[in-house]
Amino acid sequence: MTTNPPPDLAPPRPAATTSPSPDVPAKISVRGLSFHYGAQQALFDNSLDIPAGRVTAIIGPSGCGKSTHIRVYNRIFELYRDQRATGEVWLDGENILAPGVDVIELRRRVGMIFQKPTPFPLTVYENLAYGLRLHYRVKGAELDDRIESALRAAALWDEVKDKLHRSGSALSGGQQQRLCIARAIAVEPEVLLMDEPTSAIDPVATSRIEELIVELKASYTIVIVTHNMQQAARLSDDTAFFYQGRIVEFGSTTDLFTNPRQKQTEDYITGRFG
Amino acid sequence: MRRRPAWPRKAADVAVKTVSALAAAVGLGFLAWILVVVVRHGAAALNWTFLTSLPAPPGGSGGGLGNALLGTVVMTVLACALGVPVGMLAGVYLAEYGRGTRLATAVRFLANVMMGIPSIIIGLFVYAVIVLPAGHFSGWAGAVALALLVLPVVARTTEDMLGLVPNSLRESALALGAPHWRATVQILFRACRAGLLTGVLLAVARVSGETAPLLFTALNSPYWPQSLSGPTANLTVTIFNYAMSPYPAWQQAAWGASLIITLGVLALTIVSRALARERK
Amino acid sequence: MSRSEPRGGTAAEAAVPSAGGLPRRAHGRAPLVAEGLFRTAALSSAAVVLVVMAGLLAVLVYRSRLSIDRFGWSFLWSAAWDPVRDNFGAASSIFGTLAATAIAMAIAVPLSLVIALFLVEVAPPRLARPVGYGIELLAAIPSIIYGMWGLFVLAPLMADHVQPVLQRFLGRLPLFSGPPMGIGILTAGLVLALMVLPFITAVARDVFALVPAVMKEAGYGLGATTWEVARKVTVGYGMKGLIGGVFLGLGRAIGETMAVTFVIGNDHRISASLFASGNSIASTLANEFTEASEPVYLSALVELGLILFVVTLVVQVLAQLWLARLGRRAGSVS
Repeated sequence: MTTNPPPDLAPPRPAATTSPSPDVPAKISVRGLSFHYGAQQALFDNSLDIPAGRVTAIIGPSGCGKSTHIRVYNRIFELYRDQRATGEVWLDGENILAPGVDVIELRRRVGMIFQKPTPFPLTVYENLAYGLRLHYRVKGAELDDRIESALRAAALWDEVKDKLHRSGSALSGGQQQRLCIARAIAVEPEVLLMDEPTSAIDPVATSRIEELIVELKASYTIVIVTHNMQQAARLSDDTAFFYQGRIVEFGSTTDLFTNPRQKQTEDYITGRFG
Repeated sequence: MRRRPAWPRKAADVAVKTVSALAAAVGLGFLAWILVVVVRHGAAALNWTFLTSLPAPPGGSGGGLGNALLGTVVMTVLACALGVPVGMLAGVYLAEYGRGTRLATAVRFLANVMMGIPSIIIGLFVYAVIVLPAGHFSGWAGAVALALLVLPVVARTTEDMLGLVPNSLRESALALGAPHWRATVQILFRACRAGLLTGVLLAVARVSGETAPLLFTALNSPYWPQSLSGPTANLTVTIFNYAMSPYPAWQQAAWGASLIITLGVLALTIVSRALARERK
Repeated sequence: MSRSEPRGGTAAEAAVPSAGGLPRRAHGRAPLVAEGLFRTAALSSAAVVLVVMAGLLAVLVYRSRLSIDRFGWSFLWSAAWDPVRDNFGAASSIFGTLAATAIAMAIAVPLSLVIALFLVEVAPPRLARPVGYGIELLAAIPSIIYGMWGLFVLAPLMADHVQPVLQRFLGRLPLFSGPPMGIGILTAGLVLALMVLPFITAVARDVFALVPAVMKEAGYGLGATTWEVARKVTVGYGMKGLIGGVFLGLGRAIGETMAVTFVIGNDHRISASLFASGNSIASTLANEFTEASEPVYLSALVELGLILFVVTLVVQVLAQLWLARLGRRAGSVS
């Protein structure tokens, strides 16, 4: 056993005791989440509260389970037969791991941005229209408006307004990633999960996306997985440090980076391992 | 220590290189020979009447194979209409829903085996399950036999092509709230459409030149195909019947039909190959 | 469990206008039903493969029962084929199939390997691509076209030029005795060789191309010639893949129908001479099936089909298992 359980572990029901900022209501409350790939356990009894309307960063060495953890929030892991999550994940008072949850609606409310940009093999316009049509009865000028406002919100409109009907994969890498963000926010999610969203993007494009994330914070609860500690420090309000499938420490970003409570956290952020 | 002389080794090397080049030339030579023969004999038979009219009576001259051409086209199209959707759905099961299940492993293995089963056996099977109970040969039975040849090819191609689509694309469609079937049909199929088209075209090329599965199913007919519920004229069985006949005019017609089939199949093959190359 | 909701609503209020004022699609059960239907369709389509393969065996056995009851195992080695007296045996068809296949493989295997060697090791890439493409096109030509060419072009050539020459030099061997008619086992084997050539070449080419460059370079580094590297390294390394390719070619040759039907002569006899006419299982089916009016005759033909099915099934299964095992091992290495 190399890690300590997080302090103040609450019993498995929603309570803000593992929240870094008890005054902010939790958007997502994770209680006793464990995860298996086949016989191998990847997450051990994770519990934390993601505060609403803020940016929460999840950091840790590769293979520590950060991506695995957020892939439970929208149940995307269910695509794979051998992956299994146990425990509870409460989104606004609903346990999304419970049977009978409308996964389609869950994924509308909880959007996800991936490591590599994943434009659909469609035009820029159709990339956004696809998600909108999935969830809304919308067409014509109204659809155009919604697409424009989503592209504006993703700070992409000026760059693509003349290429709406060209292929989305013809855009640059950074533009593609902002297209994916626009596509995700077009369906009006409440939470945005970002799984290392800039790790395949050049530095200039990365800073544009970081600016965008800061802007989006006003409207969405954002959870960002990153292996880049500077990025976590720049962007996030709160930070969780994962190690070997366990949450070692979760607190406000300032506290965690300046005054880590756990030895492992300190070792990691000072670059002694990972 | 005495050095081994190098020249015998070098000579052997040159000899092998020469032999290998000759072997390749022989292979290509046969291809050219067959094509030249088919074009030379076939071109003499081809004309507008040949493509549009009914066959001449035995021993007579003139006439054409319009009915057989139509029958081949109709049965091939029908075979695709039956075999392609089922094959694609089976491929979707293998690549998407059934990944890692024992059923998928078994189906994949048997689909590979099924591709190697002689087509005449498929014809025999369809004879036993459709022609015998119905009491007569039919174009439908022919189309089903061809569809059974299309099915495993399209299933395996679809699986392979879906397997090449990056997982992140699949996940991002699902993460947006698309049901798996819509993600598959609207996003994944589109991402690999060139590959799918290549597979379908190759399957069509393969079945449109098939004879053996039609021998006991569609049989053949000297008339225009009125409906597909009776024996249906087709080019390949016609070639077989005419080639074995003693009439020079019919043998000539068989060459004409051979040219049509060869051109059609080669064109489909070359187009699908070109598509496959473009994809890379 | 009520907590603050910064934006939007919960899953329960799907039909209510959203924050942006757009009418929402009520998800409810409809997408679940569509997903279920599609999933079921996919599963059923996959099951079609199982059903057809199982059905093939069942139907062939069922329809051969008359013949099986009547002739028992002796069907396999009886050379009788007498539709008038309803006496049938598969021996001559099995013999013809094996003989033509053996000739085809004896010619096609070495030729394919040498062509693959040319494509991978000898020819410059600019030449290798079109040549390889041409060889692959041999596989695209329909069987019946090979039949036409074999019957009208190759067979007369064999009768007039090839067989007399063979006979002059090797005529004392029973293999090359008898009148040179052109059509017969030898011609069928030749045409088959040409037809399976592209399949074996394709596998051999892939196998050769997969040999790690390091291993070849090690060979050249020792001063070996192209041929020496090919013989020792490439063939040694790729032997297992080659065997899989040969099996695939074998499966094709055994079941090939139309081309063989055109040129084999369709005569139910077993002769030591390669010039003699014969028949293969597939050619007998193609020739006689629609003429067979007696139930026993028909049943005997179906039993021939059953034999062909079982043999190709075994060959295919062995080839697939062999190739799958290789694939797994290769996969675990990388």
